[in-house]
Amino acid sequence: MRGLGLKLGIALLTCSLGLVALGYLWLPADPLAIGGDRFAPPSLRHPMGTDWFGRDVLARVLVGGRTSLGIALAAVALGAALGAALGGLAGLRGGLPDELLMRGMDFLLAFPPLLLALFLAVLLGPGPWGIVIAIGIFNVPYFARLVRGSLLTLREREFVLAARAIGAGPARILLRHLLPHLASPLVVQLTVSLGAALLAEAAFSYLGLGTPPPTPSWGRMLKEAQSYFALSPWPAVFPGLVLSLTVLGLNLLGDGLRDLLDPRLGRLTAWLRS
Amino acid sequence: MNLAFRATMGEDILLQVSGLKKYFPVRRGVFRRVVGWVKAVDDVDMFIPEGETLGLVGESGCGKTTTGRTILRLVEPTAGEILFRSKQFGKVVDLAKLDKKALKPLRREMQIIFQDPYSSLNPRMTVGDIIGEPLIVHRVARGREKEERVAELLQAVGLKPEHMRRYPHEFSGGQRQRIGIARALALDPQLIVCDEPVSALDVSIQAQVLNLLEDLQEQFHLTYLFIAHDLSVVKHISDRVAVMYLGKIVELAETEELFTHPIHPYTEALLSAVPVPDPDYEAEHIILQGDVPSPIRPPPGCYFHPRCPYAKDICSEVAPEFRDYGEHHFTACHLAGQLTLRGVKMQ
Repeated sequence: MRGLGLKLGIALLTCSLGLVALGYLWLPADPLAIGGDRFAPPSLRHPMGTDWFGRDVLARVLVGGRTSLGIALAAVALGAALGAALGGLAGLRGGLPDELLMRGMDFLLAFPPLLLALFLAVLLGPGPWGIVIAIGIFNVPYFARLVRGSLLTLREREFVLAARAIGAGPARILLRHLLPHLASPLVVQLTVSLGAALLAEAAFSYLGLGTPPPTPSWGRMLKEAQSYFALSPWPAVFPGLVLSLTVLGLNLLGDGLRDLLDPRLGRLTAWLRS
Repeated sequence: MNLAFRATMGEDILLQVSGLKKYFPVRRGVFRRVVGWVKAVDDVDMFIPEGETLGLVGESGCGKTTTGRTILRLVEPTAGEILFRSKQFGKVVDLAKLDKKALKPLRREMQIIFQDPYSSLNPRMTVGDIIGEPLIVHRVARGREKEERVAELLQAVGLKPEHMRRYPHEFSGGQRQRIGIARALALDPQLIVCDEPVSALDVSIQAQVLNLLEDLQEQFHLTYLFIAHDLSVVKHISDRVAVMYLGKIVELAETEELFTHPIHPYTEALLSAVPVPDPDYEAEHIILQGDVPSPIRPPPGCYFHPRCPYAKDICSEVAPEFRDYGEHHFTACHLAGQLTLRGVKMQ
């Protein structure tokens, strides 16, 4: 049974990323074109139906994915880069910088994300950057803690001491002996964070933060569709479904990778061969 | 610090340590205030003649490992002198006083073998990269030349050249320890600190690795500081033995002399635990009372007095001096020479 979750995760992600990629080549209709049937149920002409303006839901899901995934990716990239850098500094330097940085991270974890997002939205005006930064900043502590913690345990491993004993400098120790061991926990954290960031993007869009209409995003589509849910559930069901399955896929991938990369390299090669 | 040690450093001496101290701060509270010091290494004196092996024994936590690492400057000493006769510079240098940059070339001459063969090899590097890393770091060899040297080293430690493409997890504990030994040998060092190199191995493998270390010593004219917690391992390989207790060396003598005529009660207690392969021998184990005291707040006087069966009043008041009691048999005990202590027979 091992590896099933991983395969399922990869399949789900392939589907949803494939859909978004497809949107660049082909769209069933103009996602912003108003008119025609309103609240049409799924049909051949509109595979996911149409919304209250008669816009094609499939087209909007395909285009909305760009926004949602783009924001999530940018936010996690920001959080991971900043977090890994700060965590690396804390873990390698130790002492006071470590203490200050990690207390800062604790403060961030205790700070309500919504407040910051609202503040940034006001500061930066409408557009995706406010929530990219907000989600990014809230990812920083997770990456910082992960990198710092890994470095602290790695530093105590005797092979690092052995490297010092043969005269290896700090740069060599970092590149050859520490960083290669950070790759797998980081990959796992990245996938999990991406899933969380997608949900966060949806939540912020739901509250009206983020990209302004009419640009679709999965979260914004959900928000707008709720007013009409009694009339027609389709404009809400499909973006919701795609969003949930993508997040599920990311989480399954993250869990699967953790099992796969954890104990020995052997498992990864064995799995790739199977 | 003892004068007998400080006076000279004879031509034949490779390493001479005097007054070596390593105190670790104990921090408490929000502000990480220093509330005390762990005296892991507390005024240690020793010397090793070239080509010889000094065994360093003691219970876990007595500071043996820290002593070894401090001598190699893997741990920064708090105080003391570490005189080392460097071949490449053709003179005696004080390792304790060198800065990091000046220390790097000296790393070629002194190496370490670790206790845990699992933690001491980077699991993401191939055996060839592990053993070849010292060559790269010191720009001794690279590429084809490096591979040839690694192959040579693998053969020297009883492994095969084709093992260089494998990863550490494909080897057994004993084989991994051989890889660690090959890495230590790569730069053709003079001094190797063997930090309990066989403690983590199966008994059946221990002898093999010990024999390998002895063969290599002869072949490459190595000098060992051999750290162990097991006297029977040390007996086999050492020319002289130092017994450590709570950060201090309490007795140091030639191996046979120390085993047959111990003059420190702690050594006697350790020796009583050495198994003797004689069915008629009736062992009289000395079971020490109490635990090793905290190295943060060691007892006054002789650190061993709370557990010493022979302790007198003076032992709890005055710290005994580390002195030569003849024939280079050093000990730190007020009652040295006054007690009749049991040793063990040497086969």
